[in-house]
Amino acid sequence: MNNLLNVSSSPHVRDKSSTKSIMWDVIIALIPTSVFGIYNFGLNAAILIAVCIATCILSEYIWQKCMKLPLTVNDGSAVLTGLLLALNLSPSFPIWMAILGSVFAIIIVKQLFGGLGQNFMNPALGARCFLMISFAGKMTSFVHDGITGPTPLAIIKAGSKSDSIQTILAAGDGKQQEATSVLKMFLGSTGGTIGETCALALLIGAAYLLIKKIISWRIPVCYIATFAIFILLFGGRGVDMMYLAAELCGGGLLLGAFFMATDYVTSPITPKGQIIFGILLGLLTGIFRVFGASAEGVSYAIIIGNLLVPLIERVTIPVPFGKEGIKDGK
Amino acid sequence: MNTCVERLKNGIITENPTFVMMLGMCPTLAVTSSAINGLGMGLTTAAVLVLSNAFISLLRGVIPDKVRIPAFIVIVASFVTVIQLLLQGFLPSLNDALGVYIPLIVVNCIILGRAEAYASKNPVIPSIFDGLGMGLGFTFGLTCIGICREILGAGAIFGKQIIPEDFHITFFVLAPGAFLVLAFLTAIQNKLKLPSATNVEQDANIACGGNCASCVGSACAANKGILEAERVAAKAAKAQAAKEAAAKAKAAKEAAAKAKEAEGKEEK
Repeated sequence: MNNLLNVSSSPHVRDKSSTKSIMWDVIIALIPTSVFGIYNFGLNAAILIAVCIATCILSEYIWQKCMKLPLTVNDGSAVLTGLLLALNLSPSFPIWMAILGSVFAIIIVKQLFGGLGQNFMNPALGARCFLMISFAGKMTSFVHDGITGPTPLAIIKAGSKSDSIQTILAAGDGKQQEATSVLKMFLGSTGGTIGETCALALLIGAAYLLIKKIISWRIPVCYIATFAIFILLFGGRGVDMMYLAAELCGGGLLLGAFFMATDYVTSPITPKGQIIFGILLGLLTGIFRVFGASAEGVSYAIIIGNLLVPLIERVTIPVPFGKEGIKDGK
Repeated sequence: MNTCVERLKNGIITENPTFVMMLGMCPTLAVTSSAINGLGMGLTTAAVLVLSNAFISLLRGVIPDKVRIPAFIVIVASFVTVIQLLLQGFLPSLNDALGVYIPLIVVNCIILGRAEAYASKNPVIPSIFDGLGMGLGFTFGLTCIGICREILGAGAIFGKQIIPEDFHITFFVLAPGAFLVLAFLTAIQNKLKLPSATNVEQDANIACGGNCASCVGSACAANKGILEAERVAAKAAKAQAAKEAAAKAKAAKEAAAKAKEAEGKEEK
């Protein structure tokens, strides 16, 4: 018998990537951000990152043991959730609250809905919003270089619209806050959450993900482009490129756009759907930042977007080849 | 007297409106931010329920069937107005805490449900006890949720501080906490295999799930007919299947015997 005649069923082309390899690639992409966060904010940031990751792994392990489920701890998804959550926390955040947030992310947002692949919203962002609602004071108190002060975005939001961005940022909050600038916002030596301050490190990680084709360009590019257009149209400062740059570098926009909006489980799988999803997130973030009470809006925008994903996927199912022009699937 | 005790038990345990029937979810989620609010809301609703059940039961011979719902609503609304004025006069703090949810008792589906399912068909005394049971069951549910949310969210029980302010999880006092606590209490109940809206055996053909034990509507005659017909059909199908199986077995035996005979012949 000739071996060549043995034909297996499709798929015939297989890829080496697996859940595990994708998760670890995203974690590798977050290393520059984490390292810079630890460099910028010191030991506290390192402890928070370690505690969040350890709690996430432990709570997933305990839950799956207790519920007699197959153990999926070593696929890296719990590590990634813990890391993302830590990067979304203020460096001076109390440890026990971080533990509570990690348990919330894994048990309530992820495991109660059926584990990896079934969660309807990004676990790290769900936990961030839970902590934001519960401990608003601690979540929004940012210590940088030993001084508690507002983030650059909050300074810009509080500043007068007639002053230029450079003067507002250089003046700080008018107290002991050191002067800051758009360049500092890009390089990351400002106050903020552990992972959001350094736009450069985030872009390095994003480039790694895009080159390795872990994420597609559609969601982040549509998200950031829509947000930029929205800011130029409705920001109240006309076409001010420095303002645009500050809004893009500041806050969780880049972290959210590249690492959290692109989460495989909670973003649309259809190409058209990804574009719609990106545009939706851009609009929501713009609305929250420009018209909302807070200077931030990325996490709520992504969570609301996550909830709409099933609807987006429903209306963007691609037509299979050969079915064009046939309506209602008959 | 037996019916009265049975009605009380039915309202508090068997058909608890909060945990078993999942009725009146709007006040359940909205006003249970503290135990005292839950207790106040529950008792207010219980008072309205007892009065409206008694009144509707009294008038059940007079109210024409076609306009019964508007008539029930008018009766319920009158009692709610009375209760609200009493609260404003004697318990202004509770009145402020419950706010718009007191007038909204008029449209609480427990009250209309009990009027429709029980009070409009039964004598006055059992109806009063039915309302009392349901009202106490509702109070029990609301107070449970209120206690959980108050301990976690504000670190207190009935206003007494037991946890310092740094450890309060504000999330539980706000709306999402209500959903979470209700879901967890129902999950515990499911785990203990107590009856609830989420663990009855579902029958897809019938709107209410075919669970006549916790039926609230009055359109049951048709449903019972459907259930009966299904049962008969299932029995008939089983009998038919058994017959066919027997026939098949017989045929197979005969075939085997024939084959043996044939083999025997060939050997010869």
